[in-house]
This record gives sequence, C-alpha cells and structure tokens, in this order.
Amino acid sequence: MNNTTRQIQAWLLLLPALCLLAAFTHYPVIRTVWRSFAGSGVRMSDTLHLDNYRYLLEDEVLLQVLSNSFWYAAITVPVSIALAIAMALWVNTKLRGVGLLRLAYFTPTLLPMISVANIWLFFYSTEIGLLNNILGYFGADAVNWLGDPDISLYSLMAMTIWKEAGFFMIFYLAALQTISPDLYHAAALENASRWTIFKRITFPLLMPTTLFVLVNAILNAFKLVDHLFILTKGGPNNSSNLLLYYIFENAFSFFDTAYASALTVLLLIILVFLALLQFGVLEKRVHYR
Amino acid sequence: MQLLKKIGIGATALALSISTPVLSATDLTMYYPVAVGGALTKIVDGIVADFEKDNPDVNVNAIYAGNYNDARVKALAALQSGDPAQLSVMFSIDVHELLDLDAIVPFDDVVSTDEEKTWLGSFYPALMENGKVGDKTYGIPFQRSTIVMYYNKDMFRAAGLDPEKPPTSWEELAEIGAALTKKNASGQVDQWGAMIPSTGYPYWMFGALTKQKGQVLMNQAGNETYFDNPKVVEALNFWRDLGTKHAVMPEGTIEWGTLRQNFLEQKTAIMWHSTGNLTAVKKNATFDFGVAMLPAGTELGSPTGGGNFYIFKAASAEEQQAALKLVRFMTSPEQAARWSIETGYMGVSPAAYDTDALAEYVKTFPPAAIARNQLQHATAELSTHQAGRVRKLLDDAIQSVLSGQSTAEEALSSAQKQADRILKRYR
Repeated sequence: MNNTTRQIQAWLLLLPALCLLAAFTHYPVIRTVWRSFAGSGVRMSDTLHLDNYRYLLEDEVLLQVLSNSFWYAAITVPVSIALAIAMALWVNTKLRGVGLLRLAYFTPTLLPMISVANIWLFFYSTEIGLLNNILGYFGADAVNWLGDPDISLYSLMAMTIWKEAGFFMIFYLAALQTISPDLYHAAALENASRWTIFKRITFPLLMPTTLFVLVNAILNAFKLVDHLFILTKGGPNNSSNLLLYYIFENAFSFFDTAYASALTVLLLIILVFLALLQFGVLEKRVHYR
Repeated sequence: MQLLKKIGIGATALALSISTPVLSATDLTMYYPVAVGGALTKIVDGIVADFEKDNPDVNVNAIYAGNYNDARVKALAALQSGDPAQLSVMFSIDVHELLDLDAIVPFDDVVSTDEEKTWLGSFYPALMENGKVGDKTYGIPFQRSTIVMYYNKDMFRAAGLDPEKPPTSWEELAEIGAALTKKNASGQVDQWGAMIPSTGYPYWMFGALTKQKGQVLMNQAGNETYFDNPKVVEALNFWRDLGTKHAVMPEGTIEWGTLRQNFLEQKTAIMWHSTGNLTAVKKNATFDFGVAMLPAGTELGSPTGGGNFYIFKAASAEEQQAALKLVRFMTSPEQAARWSIETGYMGVSPAAYDTDALAEYVKTFPPAAIARNQLQHATAELSTHQAGRVRKLLDDAIQSVLSGQSTAEEALSSAQKQADRILKRYR
C-alpha cells in the first residue's frame, strides 16, 4: 500500500467521528459566535454589532453570577477531591463489608442529578425538611437553607460535593490498586510514618489521576446546573445563580438568544483558559510512569 | 420484462395511494403545561380522547411539556424546526412575546360563523384581559386560576378563632396570623400563621398585594411598568413586614414547590396559592380546611393566572379550523365544568357554572366557587414585551427585599429603571 492510499484510508476512518464533531460541536460553536455579533433578541439583525458584548459589561447580574461560579468551583472542586481521596484510601483497606461501603459511597453518583435535587429539596425544606428537624431536635433555630441569600449557594455546594466525591473516589480507588506494594514494603523497612508514605508515595503516584479528576471536576462545576432548576432557580435574588443556568435563562426564559450567545462565548473563553492553565502548568508537575 | 411490468404496476399503485385524497384526517399537535402537579395529564388525555371520538376526522397529539416555561420552549422549538404544533396551551402572559415573534394568529381571524363569534364573547371578561392585545383576542382561557387563601379550620378552632371568619383585611391577616403562630418550649416556631410563596412565581403573588392596594403593575400594551409606584412599595413593605414585624411568616423566601406540603403537614395555618391546587388539597388534607378570597388592603384583589390556548400562524387554514374546533370543545361548558371539578382550575365561562355537574359540585363543595367569585376583583397578570426579563427584574427585587438585602424603595426603583430600559423600544 503506498502512502497516498494509507492517507486516504486514515481520513476515511476518521470521517464518521469528524462528521459528528463538525455537526454537533464545531458548527454550533461557529453559529454561536456569529449570533453573538449578529443577533439581537431571538432574531438576526442586518449588521454586525457589539451590543451584546456591551451589555455583558453593564450587566450587574452577570458579575454576581461570575463570582458565584468562581466560588462554586473554588470550593466544590478541592473539597470533593480531598474527600474522594480520603474515601478511596478508606475503602482500599481490607475490611469486612468493604464492598458495601464502596457501593454506599458510589450511590450518589448513580442517581440522576434531578432526582438528587428533588431528594435534597426535602432535606433543605424549611418547615418539613430533614436538616431542620435534626437541628430542632438539638434545640437550634431553623435555617432557611435555600431561601437565605447568604446560605443558598453553600447549600448547593454541599449537595454537589456529596454527589461528586463518590464518582471521583472510583478513579482514585482504581489508581490506588495499581500502585505497587513493593513501594510500601520498602517504606515500611525505612520505618516511614503513614503521613510520609502518603506524601512521598501515594499522593505523587496519584497525580495523573488527580489531573484527570481536576479537569473533570472543574468542567462539571461549570457544566452541571440541573439541580438549580429544582432547588433555587438561581435565587433568591441571583444569590445561587451559576453561569450556565444564567445562559439558559437568557436563551429560554428571556428569549434573548443573542445575549445568551455572547455569554456562551464568555463561558467558552473561561473554559479554554482553565484547560490551558491545567494542562500547561500542572501537567509539568505530574509524574507519569 | 415481467419484472419491469410488476414494478410499473407497483409504482402506479403507490402513486395512486399517495395522490388519492382519502378522507384525510387532520393531525393536530398540541403542547400543554402543568404547573401545579397532580394527575392533570390524565384529565387532558381524557378530554382529548372524547374530542377524537366526536371528531373522527381530527387526530390530536397532545404532548405534556413540563411547566409553562418548558411548554413555551418546546412549542417554539417545534415551530422553528419546521415540524410545528398547530396550537398550544401556554402561559397567558406570553402573548406579547409570541406576537413579537410573529408566531400566533388572533382568534378573530379564525372564527367565521355567528355561532363562533358568540363563543368568542362567552368567557369571563377578567380572563380575557391577558389574552387581548389591541382589539384582538389571541388567547382563549383554559387552565385559569386566581390566587386564593387556603386555611386550616382545625387550627382556627384550636386557637379559639371562628373557623368561618378567615382574615378579610391586611390588619386581620397580621392579627389572626399572630394568634395562629405557635412556638415550642425552646422558642422555635412549630406552626406558622401564614405563608405566601416567594419562589417560582413571586411577581404573581405580588400582583395580588399591589392590586389590593389598588395599583396594577403594567399597562395593557405591555410596554410600561409601575414598579416604583408608592403603593407598590407599600405592598412590598407589607409582605416583608409579615415576616419581620408581625412574625407570622418565616423570614426569607418561601418555596413555591413545597408550600402545599407545608400546608398539608400543618406547618402553616394559612397559605396563598393557585386555585389549581384545590382538588389536590381536598384529596390530601387530613383536617378541616376552608378557602377564602384573599384579604383586602384598600380593596380586594388577585391577578388571574394560568394558561391560554393559542393558535399558531404556521398552521394551514384547514388545521386552524380543526384547532378551533378542539379549542371550542375543550372550553365548552361541559368540558370546562369537568376540568374545573377535577383540578380546581376555574370554569372559564359563566355557562360552565350553570351546568348541572359544576352547579351541583359548587353546592356540595363551596370552595370551588371562590376563585370565580374573586374574578370581579381580579386584574391581569404581569405581562409585557420581553416578559421573561421584566418578570425576573421584579422577582429579584421582591426576593432581595424579603431576604433583607435591600429596602423596598431601592429594589423597586432599580427594577423600574431597568424595566424602562428594556421596554423603551416598544413605546
């Protein structure tokens, strides 16, 4: 087979995937960028203009939404990763019933976000909710988990962490089981403390997994907003509104697809920036075997 | 040769079968929303099935499409995809936006006979307010409601109050609410006096409070709002005071979605909610409950709410006629009566309340008539151009005041300024 046919064959093999990518990723991206410059409301205007981006700068709600999204990612990502590692270490030991324990930690991940949110709606509900009933049992005042603007975002975070940590645990568990026991035997000979073992052996060898999980966790922090539809609808007064939900609101509640497109471009830029940061900076520090 | 002949015959048969206008049935696709939960989809399916039995030449594909927002999104997405619906039940307040999108036709253009024209005038005028723009009618009332006050008679008795005398004014609401609010030994509230939901549709509840002060929120053309009017500010202050000053209602926002459950579990003695919940409350309440008109500020008042029928422009003339037939069937006195009994939504025409079924039902269950009786004090629900955005401005202002982030004056004047900016180009 000469080189040309090999080339053609290769492209033919790539073609189905390319078609799908082009139709469902590249074309929509281009359309979105186009619409953000040429659209106004649901319609297209005749000229290119910057109105949508100008509004981006004036929009006070957007400022709050961005700050919410930042804190949401900045808190849920590290906490769920730390919890995932802790849970993975815990269920990696040889215990009786460890299978059940693993299942228990993994269950939240199996449930769809919408059902999780519906369950938590009744945990958080002020009068009939589980959390306030427990608080009441200890004589504490009821907390308006979803209705207090100072708390609502944290209530969402707690649920997200609960749901995400189990998922990441699976990756860590798999990674832990690939670490050679020899390393631990050697460390035992040196009489290393458990913390040293974790710091010098386990954690560095988990770094590739951490990078993978980190990328996924950050993406999810921006991508997963299903629970907002059930729990707070971004309220009260936008205190728990996140960027993707705000895009949805603009596109489908306000029918301002043009502005939603401009917001989507913003989201895209943020995600590209974060991806570059992660792969550019962190990957250098990751130890691959 | 033989083969060719066969193919020829086959093709002719095929061509014939395509071109023959067999008594072709008209297919109608209709999206409809449900906002209050319960088995409402079954009831709609039942009514549609009856319609198809009477009209074998029309096939109706009725699709449950989630809440009002979802229904609008799905119907409009279908329109854009070229596989449109011919009619839909959508939020009565979507009318200005649907017009801006050039998606709907006025019913005045679809009706032709005198009988049909009379039908167009047969509904309660208050229910037509949100459906009319200019002199034309774009929305026909279907699942329509007003806000009513549900109250727990057992709790009234326990607090030494007359269960037949629910609060009729704001002052009484505060007083009676205080008598109904109960704290336990450690000072926490076990039972609240009243709850007005402030998520989901806060602007709707607020429309009741402002109407009770004698002020509407917008003009009929939907291009002006009156959010910073002093009476509107006063109304919002009263709402906040129920939580902070009178302490008969929890502070912060109150969840729309779980409120009915709160009422059924007797965590609150009074709730304001859509009359669309009536049948569900009736079925699930383990206590004696009553329904009353909302209390008066300077006057009685509630906005109407709920969904209207719209017919889409994209439908062919024939489809529009079939759609009209369906709408007429579903809003006929008998069906409206049946719908009202099974859901709690209002019978949309006076004739519905004259049917034996509904007249009898109202006699045995008087709360079923409260929403209707309240209609004479009702006003239109907040509906403007760019309704979603404008509504959200008001929702945010209400929530920021109820959760103590800002004062009513500040929040409402800022909302008014932003609304002015949005609506300027429609004036």
